[in-house]
Amino acid sequence: MARAVTTQHKTIATAAAWIVALLIFFPILYTIITSFKSEQEAIQGFNLIPSGTFESYSEVQQQSGYFKFFFNSVLLSVGSTILALIVAVPAAWSMAFSPSKRTKDILMWMLSTKMMPAVAVLFPIYLIFRDSGLLDSRIGLTVMLMLINLPIVVWMLYTYFREIPGEILEAARMDGASLWNEIIYVLTPMAVPGIASTMLLNIILAWNEAFWTIRLTTTNAAPLTAFISSFSSPQGLFWAKLSAASTLAIAPILIMGWFSQKQLVRGLTFGAVK
Amino acid sequence: MATQQTRSLARFMMAPSVILLFVWMIVPLLFTLWFSFQQYNPLNPMRDGFVGFSNYALFYSNPAFLYSILNTLTIVVSVLVITVVGGILLAMLLDQPIWGQGIVRILVISPFFVMPPVAALVWKNMIMHPQYGVFADIARFFGAQPIDWFGQHPLTAVILIVAWQWLPFATLILLTSLQSLDGEQKEAAEMDGAGFLSRFWYLTLPHMSRAITVVILIQTIFLLSIYAEILVTTNGGPGYASTNLPFLVYQKALLEFKIGQASAGGVIAVILANIVAFFAMRAVGKNLDK
Repeated sequence: MARAVTTQHKTIATAAAWIVALLIFFPILYTIITSFKSEQEAIQGFNLIPSGTFESYSEVQQQSGYFKFFFNSVLLSVGSTILALIVAVPAAWSMAFSPSKRTKDILMWMLSTKMMPAVAVLFPIYLIFRDSGLLDSRIGLTVMLMLINLPIVVWMLYTYFREIPGEILEAARMDGASLWNEIIYVLTPMAVPGIASTMLLNIILAWNEAFWTIRLTTTNAAPLTAFISSFSSPQGLFWAKLSAASTLAIAPILIMGWFSQKQLVRGLTFGAVK
Repeated sequence: MATQQTRSLARFMMAPSVILLFVWMIVPLLFTLWFSFQQYNPLNPMRDGFVGFSNYALFYSNPAFLYSILNTLTIVVSVLVITVVGGILLAMLLDQPIWGQGIVRILVISPFFVMPPVAALVWKNMIMHPQYGVFADIARFFGAQPIDWFGQHPLTAVILIVAWQWLPFATLILLTSLQSLDGEQKEAAEMDGAGFLSRFWYLTLPHMSRAITVVILIQTIFLLSIYAEILVTTNGGPGYASTNLPFLVYQKALLEFKIGQASAGGVIAVILANIVAFFAMRAVGKNLDK
């Protein structure tokens, strides 16, 4: 009896959850479907079965050189993440393993920089970029994205490093390991998973950053965020092409995102919810 | 344990991050503050100079300012209500035993990974377009007149899009929190004859309160600076109907080149963000002491 109720309960919950989930996912699903339609099909009303043409994909590349923007997105997100890690790993390391009275204040201050609205510094940054020739340059934007995400990277690494037990360090020291040996042979292997998750989340955030990437680029360094924004004024029939460009722009990050659900919670709540 | 040597090493290791962030934040912010008291127009350099608070006065007297503040707050509050209430309900649903939970989770979380311009353009063209959108198809199916979302309800349309992007975030965090709720407690409450509503009110909700606070604070930070969604859908219009503070500052600075006024707006945005940040820091800071 009790079991029958449970099965019934599970069936209802499953049905409800799937309906809601599909509704939420629908805009993405419909975009993917539309990307395999021809432009004519795309405007002929609601239709879930595309003719399966790849026309739009090749047109997006031919008309606007799609892969240049894609390449910029990869370069900017991966480049800024690696740069951020190079700067942040030592900082998070020292904060986790030799904390001082001021460590907490520094961490809070870093968090506060993340809360500063970008528009507040829009014009000065724009001027600095213009006057140093960094407008629309990949280097300038890489540095920009690195600075934006640096607080999150330090914080995430800090919460991971803090979970590495200090006793292990002491044991290694007792055995006569030097500081560098300690870092290379004892701590690094334990820190790699944390660094990898931080990297994953940060690439996602950098890939989707849509203020500076739009405002500080024109053509040369423009990533997908800027390219997609150029579709805001429609040019004739562009539904299928927009869908193809969108699908390509979100596919890699969507897949990475699915693998980073747990880290996402931790990273974006600054360790407050695990 | 911390010798002089390790301490100075620690400082040395921290220095690059601290210096970089300091320079990146303080220097531009000082520039903005300085510009906010200046008349400065790159197109008309003849009239440059110190003008006191008149930029702030101009910004206030501009009708767009009031609109932008109201729109900013409307966006923040509406999206928060939708995502927190929706997130709680959804998290409770996903916490039930269901078939294919992994896939359902993936489907629900997906919108969060869609970059803002794509999210906005997909909604604008595929879903809400008055002629070719899915909503229009549905309306026609029922014989109703399709709604011109961006012409007639621009702010509502922006709010819907942003809520769609942030509902997954709220759901994911609330679900994580819900899953850490002790199963025995739930069972004990059930045994004692507590109904669904009282279990929710006295057990589940208090347990989630911390996660709810975090969701509200973090979302507020991001929602205060919504930009791309407005740029690619309504471009702030019609009129100022969907212009928020970040968008107004952008218009003043890079389209009208009224740098003084834009900077004054920027300073106001900082003040607004600081009020939120004050509460956010306290909530996150508490966790550090654990």
